[in-house]
Amino acid sequence: MTKVVLSGSLKAKAGAEPELDVDARTIRELLTILEERYPGLANDLEQGVAVSIDGQIFRDDWYREIPPDAEVFVLPRLAAG
Amino acid sequence: MPLDQDSNASKRDFKVVGSRPMRPDGVDKVTGRAKYGADLYAPGMLVGRVLRSPHAHARIKGIDASKALAAPGVKAVVTAADFGSVRRSLRDVLENCLAQDKALYEGHAVAGIAAVDAEAADAALALIEVDYEILPHVTDVEAAMAPDAPLLREDMITSGMDPAPTKPSNIASFMELGHGDVAKGFAAADIVIERSFKTEATHQGYIEPHACLASYAQDDSADLWCCTQGHFVVRDTCAQLCGMEVSRLRVTASEIGGGFGGKTTVFIEPVALMLSKKSGRPVKIVMDRAEVFKATGPTSSTAMKVRVGATKDGRITAGAAELCYQGGAFPGSPIEFGAMSAFACYDLENLHVSGYDVIVNRPKQAAYRAPGAPMSTFAVESVVDEVADRLGIDRIDFRLKNASRNGSQSAYGPKFGTIGLVETLEAAKAHPHYSAPLAPGQGRGVACGFWFNFGGQTSVALNVQMDGTIGLSLGTPDIGGSRASMCLMAAEELGIPYDRVRAIITDTASLGYNDTSEGSRVTFSAGMATIAASRDAVVKLCERAAKMWGIPADAVVWENGEAKPSGSNAGEFDPLSLADIAAKAGNTGGPIAGHSEINADGAGVSFATHLVDSEVDQETGQVKILRYTVIQDAGKAVHPSYVEGQFQGGAAQGIGWALNEEYIYGEDGKLQNAGFLDYRLPVASDLPMIDTVIVEVANPGHPYGVRGVGETSIVPPLAAVANSVSAAAGVRLTHLPMSPPRVRAAIDDARDGGKLAAE
Repeated sequence: MTKVVLSGSLKAKAGAEPELDVDARTIRELLTILEERYPGLANDLEQGVAVSIDGQIFRDDWYREIPPDAEVFVLPRLAAG
Repeated sequence: MPLDQDSNASKRDFKVVGSRPMRPDGVDKVTGRAKYGADLYAPGMLVGRVLRSPHAHARIKGIDASKALAAPGVKAVVTAADFGSVRRSLRDVLENCLAQDKALYEGHAVAGIAAVDAEAADAALALIEVDYEILPHVTDVEAAMAPDAPLLREDMITSGMDPAPTKPSNIASFMELGHGDVAKGFAAADIVIERSFKTEATHQGYIEPHACLASYAQDDSADLWCCTQGHFVVRDTCAQLCGMEVSRLRVTASEIGGGFGGKTTVFIEPVALMLSKKSGRPVKIVMDRAEVFKATGPTSSTAMKVRVGATKDGRITAGAAELCYQGGAFPGSPIEFGAMSAFACYDLENLHVSGYDVIVNRPKQAAYRAPGAPMSTFAVESVVDEVADRLGIDRIDFRLKNASRNGSQSAYGPKFGTIGLVETLEAAKAHPHYSAPLAPGQGRGVACGFWFNFGGQTSVALNVQMDGTIGLSLGTPDIGGSRASMCLMAAEELGIPYDRVRAIITDTASLGYNDTSEGSRVTFSAGMATIAASRDAVVKLCERAAKMWGIPADAVVWENGEAKPSGSNAGEFDPLSLADIAAKAGNTGGPIAGHSEINADGAGVSFATHLVDSEVDQETGQVKILRYTVIQDAGKAVHPSYVEGQFQGGAAQGIGWALNEEYIYGEDGKLQNAGFLDYRLPVASDLPMIDTVIVEVANPGHPYGVRGVGETSIVPPLAAVANSVSAAAGVRLTHLPMSPPRVRAAIDDARDGGKLAAE
């Protein structure tokens, strides 16, 4: 199980605990679990979120592997100028 | 092939990367040959104009275009009714392009018209009859949050609150982040300072207005030329809005006269396409400056509270902030990024930031360099400065003591990897600027700033030409000298001189998808793709040389722009140059090209420290910037001149934001200063030469160590200038811009009442 933290508005939208236990080997598996478990995240997941694995932020890479002991944060999708 | 990742990448011995050659687009730009958005023409082209709401908030009860359509020379009129339904994520984009049941701000587009010339279009515009029911309006972020504020959307319930509100409001969403226990942290502090701050909305201020030319054909294919930071995104967005197959729309990006985030979305492009479809003729729309101000992306204005506690020895025990950002008439202000960035420079045990995304009757905000970060950083860095002063600790030493370092938990959650904040602070402290004497009436400010940077989808094609020169096809509009940087990286990999590589930005039909040029991503991600494409080409060049020599491909190495036999069984052959191999390409297998299609991840975050000296005229409140130094971590500067240019540009725009730029609304909800005479951008005579120091702490996520540089440079200036002006004026300035009336009022208040805060 990987410890996952939903950051910023995502936690409130999910109505989730501060830290989740998720059995996911890839970002895709993580997002699928979030989609099933937290309907309040549907809009954000449709528009895209960012996932930080051990401090490295990924925006689109579904099949990036999540190491078993990784520090994982789900962040609002980054926008920029 | 996997790209190497090396934390010492920026220290390797580069041959051309790090040099400062002339940019490939330079001659075109200084001779006027370069084509910008308004420079395209087509046979039979019509002139497009947009009818805009004169009201800040009004229900649209009906639009009658019959008189306009009957006017001489008019060929088409479009309204929102001409567009079909679109998926949820594009609904606001479409409604911002053309109002639906309500005009949500002064300048909101209501209809588009196409006529044979400008006179006919302007005359017919006045003939479109719109039946408005004027509604109460609100333009101030705090006023919009009041319980009795006029509602923009009667059904909007704030998301993110627990429990959810039962009544609608103008607060689109609420968010919180943080860690530790702030109550405990503040209780452990010897000193706690709390202040309130406000910043006004500014515009990206690009010199080139939005412009486009659309040509829709009878077979439902179309061409669109426009000024944009991301023509692939324009294509995909417009195709969906206009109900087209994506492959039938080809978009070509013009040269760009500035974007800074404001040209990452669409405004007039779908309108021009639909007008062209209805009229059967090409349609060109060019915004005037007032339209740019009234209807395209300003930043958020904000109201913020920040609280910082520290012990006497200079350790911050807790930080807290409440941030309110308005995003114009649509949800989506950059509140999350403002919240995530606010305390990112500090390694804090106890942190709490809350944020409100608020809608008001103003244009939909658009991204502006590091969206959301400059404002919250202004507030936090102002209080941090004050805490340092109150404790009698040098401002840089105080920041160094609390700075985020490798492995620190970031304010937004994850632990930082390899970062360079400490290096920028140490460079600032050692810089002669920091120890230079100041005259009476002058003040020095220091501030740090952070931005995320990102990568994204990128596609590059590299073609080996018959004479051995290289054609590089890129899909990321060049908004800061990136063509030169890509040529440098291709030349580095191929081992050839810079001037043997030529880069162009292709249209959307000629290359795989590319994300927009935003997020300080181009040198990072297009550079990564260019390196990969170059290495792909080198493999093929070695294979061709092997064929020409009749030896195995793995017996060939590429060194200094030549194929050479390598190994005991390779045999003795004279090296083959790129030109030698290219000349025989047709006989050895056909054209030689390298490709790369990647999703670039691994963009390293970046930090900067800025120093600024200013002088305040106590009688008039006018501020003069005397000296300015930008110190920023670039990871690796591929073309140092353009890195310095990004540093200087960010500082210049930040100085404008800090001192003069401001959207001013009247009681009627209308913008009072929609022009460059009344909206005061800094000009050359307002600014000193902005000094720069490039710090290079390699980003391990890039083969050369590159980090994005385009956005971080605008994060510290608001705070740095405010700290400098506060020191010079002898009173803490808390409301930006620090225009002469505002500074004078703050000085007067301090004299009269001994107040520390302005306003």
